[in-house]
Amino acid sequence: MAVDCVTAREALGLADRTVLHSGPPLAWERACPPVRTAILCAIRYEGWAADDAGAQGLVESGAVKLAPCHHSGAAGPMTGIVTASMPVFVVENRPRGNRAFATINEGLGKVLRFGANDESVVTRLRWLAREAGPRLGAALRAAGGLDLRALMAQALRMGDEMHQRNVAASSLFARAVMPHLARTAPDTAAVARLAEFIGANDQFFLNLAMAAAKASADPCLDVAGATMVATMARNGTDFGIRVAGLGPRWFTAPVNTPQGLYFPPYGAADANPDMGDSAIVETVGLGAFAMAAAPAVVGFVGAGGLRDAVRITEEMGEITLGEHPHLRIPTLDDRGAPVGIDVRKVVETGITPLINTGIAGHTPGTGQIGAGVVRAPLACFEQALDALAAARARA
Amino acid sequence: MADYRDLFSRLGGELRVINLGLESFAETLEGLGVPVLHVQWTPPAGGDPERARLLSLLEDEDGV
Repeated sequence: MAVDCVTAREALGLADRTVLHSGPPLAWERACPPVRTAILCAIRYEGWAADDAGAQGLVESGAVKLAPCHHSGAAGPMTGIVTASMPVFVVENRPRGNRAFATINEGLGKVLRFGANDESVVTRLRWLAREAGPRLGAALRAAGGLDLRALMAQALRMGDEMHQRNVAASSLFARAVMPHLARTAPDTAAVARLAEFIGANDQFFLNLAMAAAKASADPCLDVAGATMVATMARNGTDFGIRVAGLGPRWFTAPVNTPQGLYFPPYGAADANPDMGDSAIVETVGLGAFAMAAAPAVVGFVGAGGLRDAVRITEEMGEITLGEHPHLRIPTLDDRGAPVGIDVRKVVETGITPLINTGIAGHTPGTGQIGAGVVRAPLACFEQALDALAAARARA
Repeated sequence: MADYRDLFSRLGGELRVINLGLESFAETLEGLGVPVLHVQWTPPAGGDPERARLLSLLEDEDGV
């Protein structure tokens, strides 16, 4: 359930002078250029420094700390930057009693998540904090929360896989939230600005899907002995997984660069290695795992046609423990999406999880230059298998 | 190939093949008109004996 939208300070207890980023823990010295510029932009946005040089000094001196979103209950797309005053959606897993959080998707073009950091990025972030966040929060509270699982199940039937295609889910969310937004907004102009903002962004729902996925996956981190993957995330330098039976420990390896299609005039030489916490949607059976539900995506990410989409979903079925009871794929006779990546099956078969992803330009500020697919590195799963066996031997 | 067919015909049956692993073997037989069922298979853990041992250690658990 999406129940609210409040500041990260309130939702996560996020302290000032802390910048959350995507993926496993990352030192400034190892951060890729888009992550670096996004961190500096967030520091300027918060007013902790006047310019990038001052912001970099704060990071290098330790006056501003870096930490993974996942350590604070959040999931951030691409660079994944979250600071205290940014609004975040609050998503609740009611049966388990836990919550997860994600920022409001900024839209396309020059955006923080792709490493852009000029004044237009800061201006949009300030509008999100001043108007969009509070208005969406009021609307969600007035609605008594929105059932995201039901919404995502319907969006799967409408051609979304909730990673690189969210047009149906975004539309369904807008349809559900708009009456409450209209009732709670102070004036019609505010409603119009938000309606235009959501309507212009086919990926608006991505962040909500990520928070929903994290809310459903996080409780698995407490299941002793379990070999199921509970987190997959990347930060442009490392790919990391966490495993249900091994708690908060990360298993990392160098992240791969996506293979896909590029927007002219860009090409593979311009691509940044993969980044973002968005692989949490694959972790729960969406994204590439549900490729068969989204024929329009498989072409967009350069992975072929419908037959290839079915083949990909079936291949992911080789490394998962079961099928999702609620998220069903119409093109596979309503079978559930393959869910529950088993470390043992990945190592045994050598089949690694496939992830649908946006491709960021390596040069900061370029933004999204394409879309594609990327494989999780096998080494993460091999390390996790070794740790599971060692834990088993100690038990 | 003709020799194998003779052998199977003497045994009173048609040559029918289950092929494990290398798909090109199955494709060659298919090209000769032999019914083939191909099974995708690779050695566990890419043939790494130590990881195969660890997999067998963990295989009796249900994963969740």
